[in-house]
Amino acid sequence: MIPMERLLYLPRMASETNVLKPDHGAGKRHFIFTDEHEQLRETIRAYAVKELAPHADEWEETTFPDQVFHRMGELGFLGLDKPEEYGGQGGDYYTSLVLAEELVHANSGGLAMGVAVHTDMAMPPILAFGTEEQKQDWVVPAIRGEKILCLGITEPDAGSDVSAIRTHARYDEATDEYVINGAKTYITNGHRADLIVLVTKTDPDAGYDGFTLFLVPMDAPGVIREKRLEKLGMHASDTALLAFQDVRVPSSAILGEKGKGFYHIMWELQGERLIGAAGCVAGAQYALEKTIRYALERTAFGRPIGKFQVTRHKVADMATKIEAARQLVYMTAWRFQNGEYPVREISMAKLYAAQVAVDVADECIQIHGGAGYMKEYGIERIWRDMRLNRIGAGTDEIMLDVIGRSYGL
Amino acid sequence: MKGLPDAPRPAGLLPPFTAEHEQLRASLRRFVEAELVPHADAWERERWFPDELFPRMGELGFLGLRYPLEYGGQGGDHLHEAVLAEELSRCRSAGVAAGLGAHISIATPPIWGFGTEDQRQRYVVPAITGERIAALGITEPGAGSDVASLRTRAERVEGGWVVNGEKAFITNGVRADHLVAAVRTGEQDGHGGISFLIIDTDQPGYAASKLDKLGWHASDTALIALQDVFVPQENLLGKAGDGFKLIMANFQWERLAMALGAVAAMQDVFERTLAYAMQRSAFGRPIGRFQAIRHRFAEMATTIEASRSLTYHALRRFHASEDALREVTMAKLLSQRASFEVADACLQIHGGAGYMVEVGIERAVRDARLGPIGGGTDEIMKEILGRSMGL
Repeated sequence: MIPMERLLYLPRMASETNVLKPDHGAGKRHFIFTDEHEQLRETIRAYAVKELAPHADEWEETTFPDQVFHRMGELGFLGLDKPEEYGGQGGDYYTSLVLAEELVHANSGGLAMGVAVHTDMAMPPILAFGTEEQKQDWVVPAIRGEKILCLGITEPDAGSDVSAIRTHARYDEATDEYVINGAKTYITNGHRADLIVLVTKTDPDAGYDGFTLFLVPMDAPGVIREKRLEKLGMHASDTALLAFQDVRVPSSAILGEKGKGFYHIMWELQGERLIGAAGCVAGAQYALEKTIRYALERTAFGRPIGKFQVTRHKVADMATKIEAARQLVYMTAWRFQNGEYPVREISMAKLYAAQVAVDVADECIQIHGGAGYMKEYGIERIWRDMRLNRIGAGTDEIMLDVIGRSYGL
Repeated sequence: MKGLPDAPRPAGLLPPFTAEHEQLRASLRRFVEAELVPHADAWERERWFPDELFPRMGELGFLGLRYPLEYGGQGGDHLHEAVLAEELSRCRSAGVAAGLGAHISIATPPIWGFGTEDQRQRYVVPAITGERIAALGITEPGAGSDVASLRTRAERVEGGWVVNGEKAFITNGVRADHLVAAVRTGEQDGHGGISFLIIDTDQPGYAASKLDKLGWHASDTALIALQDVFVPQENLLGKAGDGFKLIMANFQWERLAMALGAVAAMQDVFERTLAYAMQRSAFGRPIGRFQAIRHRFAEMATTIEASRSLTYHALRRFHASEDALREVTMAKLLSQRASFEVADACLQIHGGAGYMVEVGIERAVRDARLGPIGGGTDEIMKEILGRSMGL
């Protein structure tokens, strides 16, 4: 609801520097970004550093509070690239990349993931396939941060193989309702959400054409929030096992076309993967910078460990891989913004960025030595958080399959 | 796709390239396929490609893409030469691409950038027509990455200098008409006291012999002995003592051109291997349909796309005259290693056939192995990067 201009309260960064002068800082702007993006970047970063990061350790124990959504809605961060008619800021796709990148400064992978599920996983399909009424009912309050969204694809017996899901929606002619039964697992925001975008099977014999999406209010009778799942990392996020027992929803709860749910969700996954890749790059950069600072402070054998050639070369390798991942993500985002549907490149970006992030986090622990293994330094948390990226939103192996098949293999 | 929002896929031209560059690309590709590829095997066997290629390319305008019309060039810029670097590396012989590339992108730019009008007329103009072949001489038997330990010395004499020393691993060294050489003119050690001289190779005392190599067989790579070679005063390039600056200026474009070449070479060997994997059957199906092979291709494709993204980023910055030291260094480091690894994976997918000379894949691997060494080793790249981050 807040106009873009109001968001940008921070002064412009001094950009009068001579471009020919070597500038090895991180502030080199890519061509996809404008001054407005950079101002937005500063604004989000300032928010993350001031209002989120101080609580990061605490939220690892408790999960982050719903209040974060309300506050981010108030600041306009939940609808950066969403249409103004629904309360969004009407920005381009790159604004959501900026959000994914800057939220890394909250120093909490779980929080960033919870927000991304809301803004970049659950919201886009409602905007893309929903009726006007559905958008008014759910997108408008979601952008304000008043309603929280989650997305239900994975089941206890169906992960990457989406076609194997068993959650079933049966049409009841008598009441013109659908009756949903099944289970969903690893659902981020599953406990706090007001709405789930649910993938179901409506026609078990129709193969890929037998899937339908539903918008199911989480307070509907029969929706059972079973367990808060414990995880390797991403502790600040709430991850649920959900059961659906004879949950009744009206026909008007169908999202998009009946029978087209599989294709709708395959489309959704593309945006999710690219945003995830951007988060990986930013997370890796964050870990690297933290590690460079440490390597210049920590002394061994009479000098900062960063001045040993082996450490220097490790850092050079990491920086190179991170930059390559970043450029791959930006180039793919550019394709996306320009109307391509670059499934191959998105899969590459997701695969590469996730692997880089995991490798970088591990090398950063190594450079930190014993300190890296300790909770206090926060590197082990990054390592644990990052590890999810090679699994979530499609495993490495699925990405490789998608890419390989795109070449006819 | 059904059920998806409309998403047209326009022709995927990646920045900084435009349709104009694609026209040049198409004509270069025709040239490479018609006039280089058919001879690649023979030139590799002969350990040489004919000198006539230079005037032929000059005639077609490919040697002066980025030089002004009044010097016989095409009036383009670095982006046009970038297209050339990419397309040449599809000629099936990195040695040919290297010989042409050393002339265009390595030996001629310093004369253009730092030369007097007279030097441009005498050396750049005939280099653009292909009448004269150029080589760059920096490396010595005792000084590679460590440029500061150069020992080739130029003594002041009446009307110029007399040069004594050795240059090693010099591409085009035997066939060159002139060698753009780094020499020590001052008393100072280290980076100071290095100057550049343009040495005419028909001067008495210039002797070049060809070196045998792991790969790059078609390229002329020389060990050059310089014995009392006279160089006239007017062949001093730039200012005396400024040699280190010239070396560094040149490295950025050389490394960027290498990165561009590696990306295109990877793409080429990838495409050839893809065709092979679809046609070669084992255990009842094309080997490309096995998941392990499919994933191998997916990994390679990802590596190539990441290298391309990083390299084009460096190219955009370089072209915009922004500081691109770090980006170019990263692109060089990543792409050269990647190119070798991709070629090696392609060899593996080809199996026994890949090991045979006839198929041309083993050559791609041998050729790619130079990448992490030439133009500054991987280790030097990491030094530059690490130091740029304060380490």
